[in-house]
Amino acid sequence: MQVSVSLTVNGKAVTAAVEPRTLLVQLLREHLELTGTHVGCDTSQCGACVVHVDGASAKSCTLLAVQCDGTSITTIEGLAKDGVLHPMQEAFREHHGLQCGFCTPGMVMSAVDLLQHNAKPSETEIREWLEGNICRCTGYHNIVKAVQHAAQQMGG
Amino acid sequence: MYAFTYQKPTTIAAAVAALGADADAKPVSGGQTLIPTLKQRLAAPTALVDLAKIPELAGITVAGDTLTIGAMTRHATVADSADVKRLIPALAALAEGIGDPQVRNRGTIGGSIANNDPAADYPAGCLGLGATIVTNRRELAADAFFTGMFSTALDDGELVTAVKFTKPKRAAYVKFPNPASRYAIVGVFVAETAGGIRVAVTGAGAGVFRATALEAALASKGFAAASLDGVAVSADGLNSDIHASAEYRAHLITVMAKRAVAAAG
Repeated sequence: MQVSVSLTVNGKAVTAAVEPRTLLVQLLREHLELTGTHVGCDTSQCGACVVHVDGASAKSCTLLAVQCDGTSITTIEGLAKDGVLHPMQEAFREHHGLQCGFCTPGMVMSAVDLLQHNAKPSETEIREWLEGNICRCTGYHNIVKAVQHAAQQMGG
Repeated sequence: MYAFTYQKPTTIAAAVAALGADADAKPVSGGQTLIPTLKQRLAAPTALVDLAKIPELAGITVAGDTLTIGAMTRHATVADSADVKRLIPALAALAEGIGDPQVRNRGTIGGSIANNDPAADYPAGCLGLGATIVTNRRELAADAFFTGMFSTALDDGELVTAVKFTKPKRAAYVKFPNPASRYAIVGVFVAETAGGIRVAVTGAGAGVFRATALEAALASKGFAAASLDGVAVSADGLNSDIHASAEYRAHLITVMAKRAVAAAG
């Protein structure tokens, strides 16, 4: 049985017919073809699937699309404006805050949420915040540097 | 995941009616435990009743020294609440230590205690503070609410609506997290309340429990870490797995309790 969900994704109104068991990440990747959001562990641990739901970061593999009816979702595709990378994306590029890149969308979305709470995080606070994002390449050193750089660029 | 139907009622009465109409329906609050469980096909409810749009379940209110936290209140909201930080900073710190930021943005206090995972943090906070669990039918002392592994005193058709906490004289929560899962191998919440000193332990047994030997030592020798020197907790009935033996967990209970007493000041 399918149900209708209406939500805003990266500023655009979207209505889709989904099964109640459809995960938010399935809606994004398979229905809307927004494949920037990754599925890594699929068990709520790795954070590759992090998106923002009404501004707050969440793991889209652990949310049903129907739970997000009426919400506003931002994915990695929604960060750049008019072809200009978001300062966090730019900082990851500048500091090579990635190796294979699989965890990167989730890292960036999580880090953007961090700066919404704490504009000038310490290294420890960055590492603690990224507890729910796992980089199997262990590229944390440059990821943390990138987040610190983005915080400076964004005026924190 | 097996298929299910989905409803999002806007009143407690409608939620209870929906759950009552189907014995295999389940309520979902934050879903941070339930959805992974469904994905692994460890549960197969026929219907999910989402509690997220019921206004009566949301929010934190203060009356004197009493905090009332609605069942649908997210962990991040409790962690950031100026009222919780002012009245019971140990509870805000406990919420701040659950899972990771994304889990805290979704997970709820009502969902956590209704699930009563034997390694969850909130049951220790509720039992340690002597909280009152409010349901759509009655009010229950935390001592009567938590009844064992993944089980509570909730009856069919009964939902947690809020948890009431009274400001303690002092309190703290310290846990020894599993380095991979971050669940508590042992977590201890200590509180000096109007009703006495309480020590609640999570992670170590089949469910949250009070360490009465530690409570007695703190009551008789004073609220200080040194009062727990040489006070042993029995390993009988404690969990034993690849992460920690029952004897190790028993040892950790006293160690965590001493650290919590010291942190409570």
